[in-house]
Amino acid sequence: MLKLYYGLPDPAAGEAGRAADAGGPTDINGPRFDPEAFLTKLQKECPLAQLMDCETDMVKQIRALDSDMQTLVYENYNKFISATDTIRTMKNDFKRMEDEMDGLAANMAAITESSARVSSTLRDRHEQIAKLSGVHTLLRKLQFLLELPARLTRCVELEAYGTAVRYHGRARAVLHHYRHLPSFHGIQADCQVIMAGLAQRLRQRFRDGGSGAKDLAECVELLLELEEPAEELCDEFLAHAGARLAAELDTLEAELGPPGGAPTCDILEFTDRGCNSFVGNLCLVIASYQELFVSRAGAAPIAPMARAKLATFVEGLLGRYFGLVERRVQLEKGVGDSSLLVRALDRFHRRLQALEQLLPGAGSASEGTAIVERAARARVAQYLQALRGFYQDCLTDVRQALAAPRLAGKEGPGLAELLATVSASLLGQVKAVLGYVHLFTARDVAFSNKPYFKGEFCSQAVREGLVVGFIRAVCGTAQQFCEAPGDRGGTAPPALLLLLSRLCLDYETSTISYILTLADEQFLVQAEVAGTLGSVLCAEARAAAQRLLTHYVRVQGLAVSQMLRKSVETRDWVGTIEPRTVRAVMKRVVEDTTAIDVQVGLLYEEGVRKAQSSDSSKRTFSVYSSSRQQGRYAPSYTPSAPMDTNLLSNIQKLFSERIDIFSPVEFNKVSVLTGIVKISLKSFLECVRLRTFGRFGLQQVQVDCHYLQLYLWRFVGDEGLVHGLLDEIVASAAHRCLDPVPMEPSVVEVICERG
Amino acid sequence: MEDDAPVIYGLEFQARALTPQTAETDAIRFLVGTQSLKYDNQIHIIDFDDENNIINKNVLLHQVGEIWQISASPADKGVLATCYNRTSDSKVMTCAAVWRMPKELESGSHESPDDSSSNTQTLELLCHLDNTAHGNMACVMWEPMGDGKKLISLADNHLLLWDLQESSSKAVLSNSAALEGKGQLKFTSGRWSPHHNCTQVATANDTTIRGWDTRSMRQIYCIENAHGQLVRDLDFNPNKQYYLASCGDDCKVKFWDTRNINEPVKTLEEHSHWVWNVRYNHSHDQLVLTGSSDSRVILSNMVSISSEPFGHLVDDDELSDQEDHHQEEKTKEPLQDSIIATYEEHEDSVYAVECSLVYRNQCRGGLRSCSYQVVQFMLYKNR
Repeated sequence: MLKLYYGLPDPAAGEAGRAADAGGPTDINGPRFDPEAFLTKLQKECPLAQLMDCETDMVKQIRALDSDMQTLVYENYNKFISATDTIRTMKNDFKRMEDEMDGLAANMAAITESSARVSSTLRDRHEQIAKLSGVHTLLRKLQFLLELPARLTRCVELEAYGTAVRYHGRARAVLHHYRHLPSFHGIQADCQVIMAGLAQRLRQRFRDGGSGAKDLAECVELLLELEEPAEELCDEFLAHAGARLAAELDTLEAELGPPGGAPTCDILEFTDRGCNSFVGNLCLVIASYQELFVSRAGAAPIAPMARAKLATFVEGLLGRYFGLVERRVQLEKGVGDSSLLVRALDRFHRRLQALEQLLPGAGSASEGTAIVERAARARVAQYLQALRGFYQDCLTDVRQALAAPRLAGKEGPGLAELLATVSASLLGQVKAVLGYVHLFTARDVAFSNKPYFKGEFCSQAVREGLVVGFIRAVCGTAQQFCEAPGDRGGTAPPALLLLLSRLCLDYETSTISYILTLADEQFLVQAEVAGTLGSVLCAEARAAAQRLLTHYVRVQGLAVSQMLRKSVETRDWVGTIEPRTVRAVMKRVVEDTTAIDVQVGLLYEEGVRKAQSSDSSKRTFSVYSSSRQQGRYAPSYTPSAPMDTNLLSNIQKLFSERIDIFSPVEFNKVSVLTGIVKISLKSFLECVRLRTFGRFGLQQVQVDCHYLQLYLWRFVGDEGLVHGLLDEIVASAAHRCLDPVPMEPSVVEVICERG
Repeated sequence: MEDDAPVIYGLEFQARALTPQTAETDAIRFLVGTQSLKYDNQIHIIDFDDENNIINKNVLLHQVGEIWQISASPADKGVLATCYNRTSDSKVMTCAAVWRMPKELESGSHESPDDSSSNTQTLELLCHLDNTAHGNMACVMWEPMGDGKKLISLADNHLLLWDLQESSSKAVLSNSAALEGKGQLKFTSGRWSPHHNCTQVATANDTTIRGWDTRSMRQIYCIENAHGQLVRDLDFNPNKQYYLASCGDDCKVKFWDTRNINEPVKTLEEHSHWVWNVRYNHSHDQLVLTGSSDSRVILSNMVSISSEPFGHLVDDDELSDQEDHHQEEKTKEPLQDSIIATYEEHEDSVYAVECSLVYRNQCRGGLRSCSYQVVQFMLYKNR
């Protein structure tokens, strides 16, 4: 083994091939060194000198190796000797240790034996002690049971109900288990009696309710522990609370005042009271109830039942409360400032929010919101009503104002001022109402965030209902004046018609858009909620104005007509005397027309007249010029051609424009007056055609017509109309005349000027 | 192709009085009375041949005075009554008389002579309705559906019921009633209801409409202030017995249910001046014709208050009848009150409109209006 170890470097080795073939058979240090190959190689390759060098080198190395080997062998030998010594001492030590181990095992066996002996002696005693301690516990329990009635009684006396219940709870199972034993049965009976008393007392206390919520809670807890039926307890609790709440509601109801009478306090106070007493207490009740029956640990099995009971209970009470609030809100008929109402509703609403949080799913908040909505809607309706009323009052005022100065004999009672007053006060009222209504949507009011108040209330209730409704009412009421009256009393004074017509026209031009813009801005009406367009309202207002004005023209025209008709009908035209003056009625007609002119002029612009032809003034005479008249009446004298009259007048008509008696009236003075004059003259014509005239009758008509001619032309837009109609009247009178001799135009003029 | 153009018939004189010949059942025939102070007045008998659209006329002289109102006997084609003005030395009196036209004109079938002026025939006076005690006659009415023996005339404030005796040669005042009241009350017009066995008459004075029972001559209803101003004319719905139409100076036409006179059933305000005349179409009472001094004649369709509120049925063969050129698109329209037509051809006031009693083929009829100054006659074909 060692030989192998030393043999390796042992053979002759040359360093020459080391570098050339590392690890190869020629490497003297490599593991596959082949001495033959090495030698052959050396001999083949190296010169003699190098072979000599190699040989010396190799000898030197072998010597060094041999000395190294000797040193190593020596050292190892020393070590080996010391190791042999050590093993020898170890052998001695082990032998001693074995002896000691044997001694230990013997001792252990002795100990085990003695321990077994001791335990066997002690076993009997131990069993006895265990039995004794069991008996002791049992005895203690028995003593507790025996003492239980007394203890319970004492507890009850001391009102330590909690302890009593705890004691009883501890004993109950045992007593129940051993109830067949007479003695236990007695105890159980006693206990039951006592506990029944206790329960009775607890219930009493529970029912009295004088104690605070905590006491009450304790009561309920104890009662529940006493296995009283939970349902009954719930009912009792609720009934108890319900009675108190109902009493509060009764107080509230009393504050509503007698039916039909005024409420005893204002709505804010009412709501306050309702909130504070009723809703507050209701919240308390709900909270304690929930604590007792619903959320208490261990109440899980009765929770659904309890919750259902609570829901019905709350629903009933709230229903009544809402009824009261609604009644109270309905009593709120005031049309003034609505801030009180809004605040009251706000408070109401907030409290309900709280309630809703306490008891989600009771729908109290939504119901409350509905009430608020209804109240708001009702309020808006009231405002509309009030606005209408105000408008009616305005109209009544105007009527009175119109009637009053006339008694004093003054003409034209400041129609323009009246109009301005009406207009301004209406606008003011609308603004005020919008302001009041705006409170409902104020930011600090909780319910203004509800979608209803954001959207529908603004667009539907306020804009459509209130504003548009009012404008419609204005126009509608105005129109009613055209419809109903005229036949059976209650005729609106013409001036009122005129005024309303102007009012409607003003609404059309400016007021409507102003009010609508105002409302839209104040209430932020969304553009996409398409309401009634301003243009539609404007059209309505314009139509109303048109109708009113038309009606005005008609009324005034018919009034003048009536006057003319009576005057023509009642006179004996055949036997009348030669005319000396213009008949008074004609003057009256002119006066009235002038008055109407003034009246209309107060409210309407002048309007456009037809360009007056240059010969208009002359025409006055030419119409009645003898030559034309001769021409016209001439055929009457010659019996040959009666048709000529007709022919002539027909031809004449072909050239003159057809007179439309009632063309649409425009919104200006001239148009209005033209309408009135046309109607009047047409009526005059019709009346004349119904009569038969004598010579002087005809002449009187001539005079009258000339007089009208002189004064009426200035009122109308196209004086040709007046001329035409007056011509027609005279011609008709001539035709209906038994002795048609017309008066000399100059005489007519003189009479007219004198008149 | 026939169109809506009216057939125009010219009169020589002005005229206000127009009536359909009530007793005539075949031809469409109207009577017109003229008004002339200077010449002999005439009664024109106008036949309208609706198939050929031709007018045949006959002229009768009515020499006693200008005719204000005319009405034809319901029983005898040849008998008619007129109200006329008699002028005598600065006094004008309105009288009434019953006349008979010459036999050969009764039928109206014969051709009128080419020159009618040469041999104009004269009416034969049957009897006067003596009104010396009662004042001016406003109107004469025959008993509708009667035998032509009973007449009612309105004279100032009297309602006079006459019996014609001895083949109409004598008129006996059988009953009368007077209107009492403050002021001068004067009847302006009246109408004899064809319902209730012809026992009711409606009259108008000023703004009031009154109903009378001809048996007792007592007032049975009174519509005060029926119109804002004078009531001009009345007409009974021929098929609905309580319905009455009225018109007046307030430019309105109103329809009344005489059982409930507080409010008119319906009011029309289409005219712009006095409405002088209102007439129901005899066969189709939803058609109401009004004439006004605004020179318009308006034909309204008052379906909602007619006896045929659901429209009348149009037979198929009627539709196919080639002669009916004016087949109505109206029947297909929803049933709403509407104006069917406004006739504006008149150049002056329209004082009288009438519907022919003859309604041929159930859809053809004449309506006719009488305009004053222009003295023209328009015959409108309606339907």
